[in-house]
Amino acid sequence: MPINYYITLALCLFAIGVVGVLTRRNAIIVFMCIELMLNSVNLLLVAFSKMHHLAKGAAATAGTDGQLFVFFIMVVAAAEVSVGLAIIVMMYRNVHSININFLNRLKH
Amino acid sequence: MNITQLLFWLLTVIAIGSALMIVTSKNPVYSVLGLIVTFFAISGHYILMNAQFLAIVNIIVYAGAIMVLFLFVIMLMNLSRATETLKNKWLQIVGAIAGSCLFLVLIAALKNTEIKKNLVEMGTGDIGLVKSLGRELFTTFVVPFEISSVLFLSAMIGAVVIGKKE
Repeated sequence: MPINYYITLALCLFAIGVVGVLTRRNAIIVFMCIELMLNSVNLLLVAFSKMHHLAKGAAATAGTDGQLFVFFIMVVAAAEVSVGLAIIVMMYRNVHSININFLNRLKH
Repeated sequence: MNITQLLFWLLTVIAIGSALMIVTSKNPVYSVLGLIVTFFAISGHYILMNAQFLAIVNIIVYAGAIMVLFLFVIMLMNLSRATETLKNKWLQIVGAIAGSCLFLVLIAALKNTEIKKNLVEMGTGDIGLVKSLGRELFTTFVVPFEISSVLFLSAMIGAVVIGKKE
């Protein structure tokens, strides 16, 4: 498979995530769209690591770094989700809504 | 068209279709289900590229743990029939236009690059296997690996402190 198919797929998923973040007002759906963007970047990193491995055929471990970066992105995303959902639960407890328009009350 | 290409296009269509379902569906539970399908399709892409470790980790961490957390929060808040009241039509149109402009700009930037003719290795190569990734993780990347455990500890404490009732 040429790399540009993977780049186009990852860009498509990323753009869908951006549109979701910009248009939806539900905090949980905004959060899910952020996860979608993280995953599209992961897919692109794996595709580039496999491309690099094919290009540098002599070195057996070429491209391993890219896949380990994906692993660390997953680690950070898991930590982020746990804290973010706790924040959303706290916000629901305070204002009884998860509409992110209510978050402008934070400035008062 | 061989079987790899067929699977690639099938998984691509599934991923993009379910990603659109996340953004468009009114019910948040359907959005979570769309996200789960997207994660499985991306795991399928990883398997096609022979990145087996990441495929399994993706299914375990995302489709297993994170999605259960999302569904649990949605159940806890009883949001399944909640509708978005303060709906602004113009905001949606402008958001869609902005997202498609971003997509078009990035595609146009891709159009003149040299890299797009390079091939991705499909189904062969053992850099995605547990053996080579684990050896690299515990030699070169052992310090970030240990720091990530501290990150998890702080995230756990943070979630407990934030979620605690006053």
